[in-house]
Amino acid sequence: MRTVAVVGASLAGLSAARSLRRQGYDGRLVVIGDELHRPYDRPPLSKEFLAGTLGEPELALETDDEDLRAEWLLGTRAVALDHAERTLRLADGRQVRADGFVIATGAAARTLPGSAGLAGVHTLRTLDDARALRDELALGGRLVVIGGGFIGAEVASTARALGLEVTVVEAAPAPLAGPLGEAMGAVVSALHADHGVALLCGVGVKGLSGERRVDAVLLEDGRTVPADVVVVGVGARPNVEWLEGSGVVLDNGVKCGADGRTSLAGVVAVGDCANWYDPRSGLHRRVEHWTGARERPDAAIAALLAGGAVAPGVPRPPYFWSDQYGVKIQFAGHAAGADSVTIEDGTPDERNVLAVYRRSGIPVAVLGMNQPRLFTRWRKHLAAPL
Amino acid sequence: MMIPACRLADLPRGEAHRLDIDPPVSVFHTDDGELFAIDDTCTHQDASLADGWLEGREVECPLHASKFDLRTGAVDAPPAKLPVRTHEVVVDEDGMIHVRLSTEAPNLPPCIAARLAGGPA
Repeated sequence: MRTVAVVGASLAGLSAARSLRRQGYDGRLVVIGDELHRPYDRPPLSKEFLAGTLGEPELALETDDEDLRAEWLLGTRAVALDHAERTLRLADGRQVRADGFVIATGAAARTLPGSAGLAGVHTLRTLDDARALRDELALGGRLVVIGGGFIGAEVASTARALGLEVTVVEAAPAPLAGPLGEAMGAVVSALHADHGVALLCGVGVKGLSGERRVDAVLLEDGRTVPADVVVVGVGARPNVEWLEGSGVVLDNGVKCGADGRTSLAGVVAVGDCANWYDPRSGLHRRVEHWTGARERPDAAIAALLAGGAVAPGVPRPPYFWSDQYGVKIQFAGHAAGADSVTIEDGTPDERNVLAVYRRSGIPVAVLGMNQPRLFTRWRKHLAAPL
Repeated sequence: MMIPACRLADLPRGEAHRLDIDPPVSVFHTDDGELFAIDDTCTHQDASLADGWLEGREVECPLHASKFDLRTGAVDAPPAKLPVRTHEVVVDEDGMIHVRLSTEAPNLPPCIAARLAGGPA
């Protein structure tokens, strides 16, 4: 293999580039990124960066002495993959020929229909998003967060600490029920009320009001919530439209095996756009977590370099963390499919919990709130060989 | 400076013992029976490596995914970028583990470094 093109220059793309060099690949390496920024870390964007306690230099993922011997094509995006010609076409007209391709194009924030062009309405995915939101939060006022998921909750927590009046609107009866299940979703979401943030559940958003700038969020039950700033945190969709017609099988992102290999030879997918096969559950899962973007490229690159000649290992169970209102929240595994959740340590009233999810008595997931030591033990236990 | 940590007999393999000095230091007893001492605080954010995932001669921060080499203190991957200090471990004839503290300056996460410098927490 003489040229590998990594499409996407965020954590997953950078991790893939690093894996290539670490695994002995010595050829030409081209990394394509649609943002102008060098790879940066996203978790702080909703927390320390938004709060102003961490600056842009600290977000950099590369270290000062790092040299991946890569060609960086930044500020342009891939628009097509021609597998027969082994060529990528870029938005600026350039073409990149390569023998191996790593698809790491991530996911884009979902938006609210009708909100385009209305000032004061934000999504939070990129550094530029975070800069814009930080500048507006600095003015204070009333923030309405649409979506009570992790990004929404972290933004609410950060904004509350900055002194804003904050309301979170969640369409589902309980926030975080998807990732954590209803009972534990409610325990974690209780943090909002503890800190004076209003949480409105089980009500959808009808639309936004305002002429040039948003002034309120209109709820489906007829209520109006005044707002100076609105953050829409309603999930993300994989950036894979550019692969339509390429022959890469798409199904909730790029469908790939347990080693990241796609339906096309010499093409692997990593990060938020990749719908990996999970041997523990027998299902494909698209996992939008930092840890997966960091770890899974190692396996995908091994598969790419070996042409699929190595058997994929079993990845560690998905893991993610969140920091809200000073509480460290950690989760590993899959809550879906669990038939019981028991609190093994701590007390929900003190927002200090270690909960284990089981299916037919077998642990399948674990949640920690301010329980890093016990959480690590359970996480290791979950990762034990099948 | 030599600091007594704990008795070797009280530190099972696979476990860590934290010394609550400032900054804290931890002694790790690997599954293979080796002893190592490193600074306990992850260089990325305030987290105790004694609470982390010990595997071989590496410990992974309990919060995020950075792994530190117990022998050298080197970090393998983000979000941490700086190594931790390593310290010499000595077990005396009575089975007591002692740590000889490094004289280098520690690499502490920004929030802790700011606190030690007298700045905002």
